[in-house]
Amino acid sequence: MLLKKRKREGAEINGSSMADIAFLLLIFFLVTTTINVDTGIGMVLPPPLNPEDQPPPIRERNLMKIVVNENGLVLMDEELTPMEQVQEKIIEFIKNPENLETLSVSPQAAIVSIKTVRQTPYSIYIDMLDEVIGAYAILRNEAALANYGVEYSRLSKENRDIVEDIYPKKISIAEPDKE
Amino acid sequence: MAHFKKKQAGTKQEVPTSAMPDVVFMLLFFFMVTTVLREVTLKVRVDLTKATNIEKIEEKRLVSYIYIGPERLPGNKLGNDKVQIDDSIQDDINAIRTIMYDKLIEEPRMIVSLRVDKDSEFGLLTDVQEELKQAQTFKVNYSTKSEN
Repeated sequence: MLLKKRKREGAEINGSSMADIAFLLLIFFLVTTTINVDTGIGMVLPPPLNPEDQPPPIRERNLMKIVVNENGLVLMDEELTPMEQVQEKIIEFIKNPENLETLSVSPQAAIVSIKTVRQTPYSIYIDMLDEVIGAYAILRNEAALANYGVEYSRLSKENRDIVEDIYPKKISIAEPDKE
Repeated sequence: MAHFKKKQAGTKQEVPTSAMPDVVFMLLFFFMVTTVLREVTLKVRVDLTKATNIEKIEEKRLVSYIYIGPERLPGNKLGNDKVQIDDSIQDDINAIRTIMYDKLIEEPRMIVSLRVDKDSEFGLLTDVQEELKQAQTFKVNYSTKSEN
């Protein structure tokens, strides 16, 4: 009888590359799973008004009334304004460099009111809000550069508060009229 | 010449690597599990609008979402504008008050993220906002995409 003398090879799979594969998968998931950051326009709603209470009195000249209709046409203080000029006009209204009678007494007193109709598409409303917030961002940046020589975003917390006091963001979202 | 034999330890010098894949796989599963964010199945279409002057919401766990948009109907059709909170459509606008108030009790620093479709009408949003005012949830965020 012939005895087969053969060295048996161990039936093992080389597992050393397994770690590499796992690492590859790990890195793939680390890279692809983006924790998506939520971005948006932050606002603080006013507390509800009692039906008996009257809204607080505001001097006419301190209020910039912006009315937007469903087609995106803008009225600023009863004046038809193209969208591109909205920001300029708001800045002029808040700063009132020539101390005009019709514009805000001081930046602190200025209130921007946005009013739309119920049929206005949301995107038009957001565009409008964006313009107003953009105007305030420009003003605050100006104040930061003038007072501290750095941009608003790089100010410290305390200085930022001071700049915010110079240009407080007073935006009023008026309720559309009920039909 | 005297030949000094180095005393060697009897054990092997290799580090056993057979457990390495297990360790890495464990890490892999950890990341796979933790990075999965709670997703809601959207019953309304929300196509966000774009804006330039936006801010990031730093603390995501404070956020609670309200979706407003045209309802998705079977057969790729879109219905009327509806409000969705969590996984269900709220047909009764006045119910939002209670829901949001309960949420506010759980998390007093809550921010309401309004994810509104760009073509939705402003009227429905005002109604929702009125409810939010009643529920004392004043901090809102109009969710928008970045312009660039």
